[in-house]
Amino acid sequence: MEPLIRVENLVIRHTRQAFGGRASAFTAVDSVSFSISPGATLALVGESGSGKSSLARCLACLQPATSGGIWFEGRDLAALPEEKLRAVRPRLQLIFQDPAASLNPRWTVLRIVAEPLLIEGRSPALEREARAAQLLARVGITAEYLQSQPGELSGGQRQRVAIARALILQPALLILDEVLSALDCSVQAQIANLLVELQRAANLTYLFITHDLRMAAHLAGEIAVMSAGKIVEQGPAGKILRDPRSSQAQSLVQAAAPEAELVEAGSEP
Amino acid sequence: MRRFLLRRVAHAAFLLLGVSLLAFFFSALAPGNYLDDLRLNPQMSSERFSALRAQYRVDQPVALRYFSWANALLHGDLGFSFAYNAPVAPLLWPRARNTLLLTTTATLLVWAIALPLGAWSAQHLGKPTDVALTWATSAFLIVPDLALALGLLVLAVRSGWLPTGGMVSVAFDEFSFAHKIRDLASHMVLPVIVLVASALPVLLRHVRAAVAEALDAPFLRAAEGQGIPRRRLLYRYALPAAAHPLIALFGFSLGTLLSGSLLVEVVMSWPGLGPFLLEAILARDVYVVIGGVLFSTLFLVAGNLAADLLLYWADPRIRTEAEAR
Amino acid sequence: MELRHVLEVRNLRVAYARRSGGVWHALNGVSFRVGAGEILGVLGESGSGKSTLALSLLHLLPGNGRITGGEILLNGADVVEMDAIQLRRLRGSGISMVFQEASLALHPTMRIGDQVGEVLRAHQGLSKRERVARTREILGKVFRDDVERIFSAYPHQLSGGQQQRALIGQAIACEPAVVVADEPTAALDSTTQKGILALFQSLRDKLGIAFLFITHNAALLAGFADRVLVLYAGKVAELGPAHGVLSSPQHPYTQALLSCLPPHNNDAAGRGRPALLPVIAGAPPSLAVLSQGCSFEPRCESRMELCRAHEPSAAQLGHRHEVACLKFPAAAV
Repeated sequence: MEPLIRVENLVIRHTRQAFGGRASAFTAVDSVSFSISPGATLALVGESGSGKSSLARCLACLQPATSGGIWFEGRDLAALPEEKLRAVRPRLQLIFQDPAASLNPRWTVLRIVAEPLLIEGRSPALEREARAAQLLARVGITAEYLQSQPGELSGGQRQRVAIARALILQPALLILDEVLSALDCSVQAQIANLLVELQRAANLTYLFITHDLRMAAHLAGEIAVMSAGKIVEQGPAGKILRDPRSSQAQSLVQAAAPEAELVEAGSEP
Repeated sequence: MRRFLLRRVAHAAFLLLGVSLLAFFFSALAPGNYLDDLRLNPQMSSERFSALRAQYRVDQPVALRYFSWANALLHGDLGFSFAYNAPVAPLLWPRARNTLLLTTTATLLVWAIALPLGAWSAQHLGKPTDVALTWATSAFLIVPDLALALGLLVLAVRSGWLPTGGMVSVAFDEFSFAHKIRDLASHMVLPVIVLVASALPVLLRHVRAAVAEALDAPFLRAAEGQGIPRRRLLYRYALPAAAHPLIALFGFSLGTLLSGSLLVEVVMSWPGLGPFLLEAILARDVYVVIGGVLFSTLFLVAGNLAADLLLYWADPRIRTEAEAR
Repeated sequence: MELRHVLEVRNLRVAYARRSGGVWHALNGVSFRVGAGEILGVLGESGSGKSTLALSLLHLLPGNGRITGGEILLNGADVVEMDAIQLRRLRGSGISMVFQEASLALHPTMRIGDQVGEVLRAHQGLSKRERVARTREILGKVFRDDVERIFSAYPHQLSGGQQQRALIGQAIACEPAVVVADEPTAALDSTTQKGILALFQSLRDKLGIAFLFITHNAALLAGFADRVLVLYAGKVAELGPAHGVLSSPQHPYTQALLSCLPPHNNDAAGRGRPALLPVIAGAPPSLAVLSQGCSFEPRCESRMELCRAHEPSAAQLGHRHEVACLKFPAAAV
């Protein structure tokens, strides 16, 4: 099957121009390659500074790559002119870790989710709002919260709003950048379940970025371990957990590890 | 550090160049010049007039005039005043000095009052004393400088306690040194009051806001949790953190030292740069005007530069960012 | 032989006055004891009152918060009754706190060495030279290497993990009896987290300091804490030895919370699609009104008729393990 997205030798270099005037380059992503099949989930696991967020932003077309190729639905994104790229962007959506920072604090929940529909143009406000309300109900935000502002919602609810906003344009690929990390454990479970259900219903493809190997293994079929801008190990989730080869993967497994003391899911005390 | 300094100085030079160009060309664009006004004088003969025109090179194109002026400037010559029939520079210095005397005193006083008062106010945010203070300063904000200046002058005239304008008494030169100081001081009282009253409300609010924000910061709670005593919290933790926006303001204060007191000087007949420039503009004494404008700009730019340097010194985050690369 | 208790909290009640006029009952009768050199993990989610508990122990509640009842005995002295001067002396030397966001809790324009020095200055009458030496010593305990660089560095020049270590250094500077850590690793990635936990353990071993480690992540407490206290809606749901509470939890909330974690050694690819994780239905209760019966009852899978009307008290089960649940007859007292 043709992969939904294929990344080949992607390089992202940041140049910094500071006060003194000397420019310096910093390679955030150093020749990374991977692909994701439609409907599948790839987890990108790494510590802070490994380059995962730069990669996420680049794939969402928020930041240009320095070199390398990104093929999405068979088309080379770098080769596309601006108008064609604009048509592709809604198909790749990015959700951030901190919904408090990515949701406009002054807008109501309904407006936040309805606003992206303006890109499609021409549909009347009532229709946009109806679609938004429907989607919000689907992700678990009931009618009473539609006129609330993000500040009045809990962390989990805000993340649901962020997910609804990402889904309103019916994307094919969702890039989830540490979306669960700021949430309480029980809320993480709820949102993780929501993501699984949505994936099943709409055949969504996920790129799940995290430093939590356990959640990565739970949600993803395949894991790529990233460190200092490179992918150091890649393979089926179970295999990486059982038999990590690289030192970075080993330390991640160690960190996620031996809570053999903790009760396993579903078992009675 | 050096690179930073060089860049800022280069910027300043560019700015001064730009300002001089603008000032020169705008003055040239304004219809008429000093000599045209002179022509209206019936005693002026037309030969005399042509001679003057040739002497001042008014016939030459603007660009050429600019270059000769700029050239002279680089040699320390600010041009020639038509009205006073004398070089500009010696006319400007004493008046600038008078202005600086007034504004420096006022600025120091404003900051000396605003800092402790603002810090105290921030610690008692929302309490009756703080609210009362805010109301009082708002009252000052509403009253126009002009009204305040005139009101104080009226008071001075009626009561006879303070001199009503000017910088020194008529018999100044005959006074003893101590008497001279007293005389100068008594003349300064009213204009300084007006200057302080106009600048204090805004500055006070800024200080209050900056300190209040610092007092509310997480690192202050953390320090409180470590048992740091109250006074130390204020002076060693809150004030340095609040300094950042205040330093920028201070630079601005420095920048307006020459330009901020025009109105007061005119109303109170203080022989500073303000009234002098006003006169020159009305008389189309173009080189005086440009010289004055340039001087004020120099101060503005120097003030901002000083603020940048202070910030660089005070905030390690700016310093390390500049040095790291 | 009874363990010496450095900290004893008895029936602590804390409420916040809300701007809209009502009251928020953050803590409603919390009691527990911490022995010398013990690591007590406090497990609680948002709204459980864990941060309020941390702040109360240092009597550092914000303006609208008030301790409305109970006692906090630190080596016998009641923190609740102390005046401002005693509190100032206590904080940082008798008991100290490590905050969650280290980057915000450190002063942005003061060097690390100076910040640690300030704590010493506030509590110990050392000369400047002695302070500097002692600061180096303290930094040596929390940082394995690079002590000199960190001594003269500013917070923004350090990584997240290093900032947290600097904060911990400030907390242990005067060797308090208890250190309260409120989610100290929440903003860090997993390997750095492990490092911080190891640091806590080594400080406990070397200096005999007791730690109160507050977190919402049960996985962190396994193999780290000696005992675990589970906090729900401002009350103690369960309290006991870490192994006991984490591997065989007795309170329905603890059971539900632990089952929410993704299972270990799982392979989503092997089963086609990820299974759905068990969740706790509903949401934590609003603390604007104190409930009549058990606060977990609306969400509890094992709820009984009794639970709505009666508030459970702590039932003792075996070795220092208590549960506040009416499943156990002893709680219906």
